[in-house]
Amino acid sequence: MEEIKLMKGNEAIAHAAIRYGADGYFGYPITPQSEIMETLMAEMPWETTGMVVLQAESEVAAINMVYGGAASGKRAMTSSSSPGISLKLEGISYIAGAELPCLIVNVMRGGPGLGTIQPSQADYFQTVKGGGHGDYRLITLAPYSVQEMADFVALGFDLAFKYSNPSMILADGIIGQMMEKVVLPPYRPRKTEAEIRLESPWATQGRLKGNKVNVVTSLELDPALMEENNNRFQAKYRRIEETEVLYEEFCCEDAQYLLIAFGSSARICQKTVELARSEGLRVGLLRPITLWPFPKKAIESYASCVKGMLSVELNAGQMVEDVRLAVNGKVKVEHFGRLGGIVFTPDEILIALKEKIL
Amino acid sequence: MKQEIIIAGFGGQGVLSMGKILAYSGLMEGMEVSWMPSYGPEQRGGTANVTVILSDSPISSPILNEYDVAIILNQPSMDKFESRVKPGGILIYDGYGINGEIKRKDIRVYRVDAMDAATEMKNEKAFNMLILGGLLKIVPIVKMENVLLGLKKSLPERHHKLIPMNEAAIKKGMEIICEM
Repeated sequence: MEEIKLMKGNEAIAHAAIRYGADGYFGYPITPQSEIMETLMAEMPWETTGMVVLQAESEVAAINMVYGGAASGKRAMTSSSSPGISLKLEGISYIAGAELPCLIVNVMRGGPGLGTIQPSQADYFQTVKGGGHGDYRLITLAPYSVQEMADFVALGFDLAFKYSNPSMILADGIIGQMMEKVVLPPYRPRKTEAEIRLESPWATQGRLKGNKVNVVTSLELDPALMEENNNRFQAKYRRIEETEVLYEEFCCEDAQYLLIAFGSSARICQKTVELARSEGLRVGLLRPITLWPFPKKAIESYASCVKGMLSVELNAGQMVEDVRLAVNGKVKVEHFGRLGGIVFTPDEILIALKEKIL
Repeated sequence: MKQEIIIAGFGGQGVLSMGKILAYSGLMEGMEVSWMPSYGPEQRGGTANVTVILSDSPISSPILNEYDVAIILNQPSMDKFESRVKPGGILIYDGYGINGEIKRKDIRVYRVDAMDAATEMKNEKAFNMLILGGLLKIVPIVKMENVLLGLKKSLPERHHKLIPMNEAAIKKGMEIICEM
């Protein structure tokens, strides 16, 4: 049995990446996620699995190194926090446009601008509605525990390779900085060049004898062909929406009121559910695990059986728009949030629920 | 069994590392644990705090509005957290760091003169372990053997020679804590 360890969410991501058999990590330090690269540097995986760990000269350089690594069929990843992710968006759009798999981690902090280093969830729109230019989507996973920080590295890479699409782990300063028990996944060997050739025939592996010439690009100057590309992307996005939705329900069976929250907010809301139920209020919690694809059908299914929904987010009201679209006016949906790095407490959410919904 | 604990003081007092040792001790005890630090620029002065939860059952929120136990090591932290101890809960403070009066009458208040004891021991780094000892005397949530295992786990190997000193400080803290 694997040993139970105690570590920060950021550290869990680093260990999980090595154990997954990632080929390369390219990053640039920023609070509150610097422990990801620090842990990777301390572990020195280049001496064991052969994984490259590189501190790039900037966030822009790091995401373009990921672009290059991904184009050669490698498991490449980067991580940053909100302002750094903004810098990476051009590269992310290119990677999505070139239909390449990679993993990006955003440990969100309060914005806008350089903002604060404290936790926030204000990059929801940026992540699930685009962020970079063009009609692309990021497969977005929202971990709510240190264990999920570790587990979602494999899930994110696997989904990225299944659909040739970038994946993002959207966490925040709470999940990144807190320590909890975690069981790390077992070690898997890195893919060999031959395995990559079989798995990703589009990969640019160099001009070895027998290799056909692969071209990886997001550029297509003929608009008719570019529309075809876009139609293919959209068909892929619909397939992802049909098959990859993940969510979790807490105390929803008999709920009269539903909290909707992701990531660290969902953890805090679990306590709010406990508090509410101790007062006799039948409150449940639905936690989207994939933010895109969004669990709209699951949320819609509660529209006719609850009296109201409260979308609880560390932002000014972003996911609440998707909740409202899902229920399409059938039930009252309100938002509660704190801004700029201030984190709500469980009782504060209960007070908001009483004021806005009950 | 569940203990929701806040430890708050100045950056540099060993607040976060004390919380870490407590969390590791809980891990050794087979409990569920969470350790949530304030992670601002506190290392360079200012206030630092950490929320540690030890529980027999899975932990929901790592962020709390009230605590079973508050360990308060300076006046700004007292001003912030005294009101957030649950009624009937426990407040432990260091006599050196607190100059105001404690207003709560519905909680149990304990004092550990850890700063004085650390000075007496000529080892100011023992400060946080003296406090931890005080806590463990009043709230024996983890066994001493697991605290020692926790120390071993949370300290890098090059510091393992300091474990006997830490153990002595914990025991001293257990002796000097007194109810107010």
